[in-house]
Amino acid sequence: MVKLRINGVNRQFDGDPDMPLLWYVRDNLEMTGTKYGCGMGLCGACTVLIDGKATRSCTTPMKAAAGKKITTIEGLHPKGEHPVQTAWRECAVAQCGYCQSGQIMQAASLLSEKPKPTDKDIDDAMQGNICRCGTYQRIRKAIHVAAGQVKA
Amino acid sequence: MKTFIENITRRELLQGALSAGALVLGAKMIPQNAEAAPTSWNPSVYLGLEPDGTVVIIAHRSEMGTGIRSVLPMVVADELGADWKHVRVEQALGDPKYGSQNTDGSCSIRDFVDAMHVAGATGRLMLQRAAANKWNVKAEDTRAENGHIIHTASGKKLSFGELVADAAKLPVPAKEDLHFKPESEYKYIGKSLPMIDAVPVTTGTGVFGIDAKMPGMLIAMVERPPVMGGTVQSFDDAEAKKVPGVAQTIQLDTFKGAPMFQQLGGVAILANSTWAAMQGRKKLKIEWNNSANAAFDSDSYKADLRDKAKKPQKVVRNLGDVDAEFGKGGKTVEAEYYVPLLSHAPMEPPAAVAEYKDGKVVTWCATQNPQAVQDAVSGALGIDKTKVECHVTLLGGGFGRKSKPDYVVEAALLSRKTGKPVKVVWTREDDIRFDYYHAVAAMYMKASLGSNGMPTAWLQRSVFPTIGSLFAAGADYGQEFEMGMGWTDLPFALANHRAENGPAKNHVRIGWMRAVANIYHAYAIHSFADELAVAAGKDRVEYLMSLLGPSRKVDFTGQGMKVWNNGQSLDKYPIDTGRLKNVLELAATKSGWANKKAGNRSALGVAVHRSFVSNVAAVVQVDVDDKGKVIIPRVDIAVDCGRTVHPDRVKAQFEGAAVFGTSIAMLGEITAKDGRVMQRNFNDYPVARMPEAPKEVHVHIVPSKEPHAGVGEPGVPPMAPAICNAIYAATGKRVRDLPVKRHNLA
Repeated sequence: MVKLRINGVNRQFDGDPDMPLLWYVRDNLEMTGTKYGCGMGLCGACTVLIDGKATRSCTTPMKAAAGKKITTIEGLHPKGEHPVQTAWRECAVAQCGYCQSGQIMQAASLLSEKPKPTDKDIDDAMQGNICRCGTYQRIRKAIHVAAGQVKA
Repeated sequence: MKTFIENITRRELLQGALSAGALVLGAKMIPQNAEAAPTSWNPSVYLGLEPDGTVVIIAHRSEMGTGIRSVLPMVVADELGADWKHVRVEQALGDPKYGSQNTDGSCSIRDFVDAMHVAGATGRLMLQRAAANKWNVKAEDTRAENGHIIHTASGKKLSFGELVADAAKLPVPAKEDLHFKPESEYKYIGKSLPMIDAVPVTTGTGVFGIDAKMPGMLIAMVERPPVMGGTVQSFDDAEAKKVPGVAQTIQLDTFKGAPMFQQLGGVAILANSTWAAMQGRKKLKIEWNNSANAAFDSDSYKADLRDKAKKPQKVVRNLGDVDAEFGKGGKTVEAEYYVPLLSHAPMEPPAAVAEYKDGKVVTWCATQNPQAVQDAVSGALGIDKTKVECHVTLLGGGFGRKSKPDYVVEAALLSRKTGKPVKVVWTREDDIRFDYYHAVAAMYMKASLGSNGMPTAWLQRSVFPTIGSLFAAGADYGQEFEMGMGWTDLPFALANHRAENGPAKNHVRIGWMRAVANIYHAYAIHSFADELAVAAGKDRVEYLMSLLGPSRKVDFTGQGMKVWNNGQSLDKYPIDTGRLKNVLELAATKSGWANKKAGNRSALGVAVHRSFVSNVAAVVQVDVDDKGKVIIPRVDIAVDCGRTVHPDRVKAQFEGAAVFGTSIAMLGEITAKDGRVMQRNFNDYPVARMPEAPKEVHVHIVPSKEPHAGVGEPGVPPMAPAICNAIYAATGKRVRDLPVKRHNLA
């Protein structure tokens, strides 16, 4: 039995402890904001916060999530108005939007560790998150906006 | 509710949206009680109005990131005089009544913007007439504003909702009675409003194909034949079925004839969860019968294409006498270029859920073309196309992959066999291994140079497997549309010019990917132009200006070719070298071209290319460190795409195209051995990440009153040649063989 807390709700799971957290969130809890992109931790679309730190849910087995506090895109802010989310909209970052849950979670994690990141900090933190639409320069800008370093 | 169908074929409402002779049916939903007045109405297939004043606008194109689901409705709303806050956008089902829904070819605005204006102006005039009747005034003395009709002289005002019932009783006005807003009165057009999906995709509530669900559905994964056209000889699913959650396995037939949008075949594993399907799949034991494509090897195939490119091939355009000029013995330059197979790799792999029940299929899927879904599913199941109800979700990227609905066919076939709704999920490995690949291509170029350094004769030869092979097995020459993508329509001022195309067989599925044949054509042509400029000792921008020659609408008559021009007339969309030179000059100026000299392993490169009837020039800066690592600090893209509706989304598309083009130039390569694609995931099929992508892309839009032109794709083609031209200027090393990552630039 795996016990964990997701978006403030206590959960119990008694299935395959090797199943990645991604599929528990998507299939069992039907919270589909967290995306599948590669299954190997290569693209970042599945990024969630585990105890506040950006983590790839596609390579995190349930047994490793036991006892942890998980935040998904759905739980980042009750009204969807986390500074990263509002900055994302002010900068009109998203194109198709598929990778953006993961990008936003990664950016939120970065800002919690480095409230005023440099461009290099952003490149280093975000390079694991692929956006095939190519919204990177707006992502970089939106992170600076969320950090209060520039205006949208 | 009763549905009254009326024939609106003859109305101008949908002109431009449909091909000549198309039958258009407008559906009016009217209450069952015929005595009651209609409470809501649809003056077009794109527009309806609710009694509460809500304007309902149908988005009939697919949203894959261009913003089209928001932008076309903004045109209707603006022309109608609606308040955007009271507009509800509804995604259309697949239905020919909308005209083409194939969201592909950078044509959504170009083909439908006029129909949107007509729909809005029609609705507005009917509301104005209804109000004018009430007030006993002339309709032309009223105006629409923020969801109200206002009598200008008296200031009297009625909301759209208050007028719906009366407006619905009026005849649809003739097109000659319509008035279109002057640009000065636009409230939404040209103003870059937020996208309607901006909140859903930043809060995780947007529904993509992979997120769609139906009650009681099974999750399916398919182990497909590793060689295209192969079949299942036998399989053992005993171990697979022991995995908890696995329900059953089903063998899928391999497609017959040309691949088209049919299923690839293989063995499907169906389970009650994605994880169970993945685990069960690993335990399937399958023996395959391979097809003749098992002999496909990328290295020998490449050598063969390059050999063919060096030999005379079918002439597809001819002007003057290239051979006579070459025979004069002056200075000549020759070069070969190569672009490998490429994969679309949208962030959302293909996914669809479908239910077959009572002779009918309902599907929710990420598709660029719901009518193609109807066609493909009806063909595979032997049911009428009208029995396929296709709901379009958001698409997690498309790039052409998702206009090919083989994955929806798989879901429909599996649902019929299981009697349950089935969601087919492709893993990333499935996506990369079983794509409809962008064609591998080899090009050979030769020019003779006159005393002024300009070409006196120009020969260009390409060999690539054609997209035609997707629809006609064995097709091996480039199709007219492929030749027309930056090859035969090259607008350089040349007295002697010959273009040729050689045959190549396909051994994997070949499909269209963002910018299509323009990718390899532009790469060869603009790399070669750069080489000639270097050979001539000229500034490369000035040299391109001279190649484009006098500003003119290029005349292609008498050269043994038809100008494809994206299916558009040359009258409406001429190939205009003046516009090309203008974007070239703009990109050069904005990039600081004249002041930026090559040296210290940092330099600019340039390319200018017309595609999807838009004119685009790119200047790329590269910095190459002493280990050979390339970074792209800045790109300046100048765009003349005619009128624009949403300038910010135009910018976004070109920003994205610069990144997509960077992936092609620097990283992308699909190879095969023994007929099997060797790449699997983003580790061995890398795409540009933030540090590899251009750091700054500056998009410069030329203000224009010319007709709307393509936006989604035309930013891609100039990128690879501009990057390689910059690398040459920075390092002296000419990359003629993509991707750049294979070359040592240290």
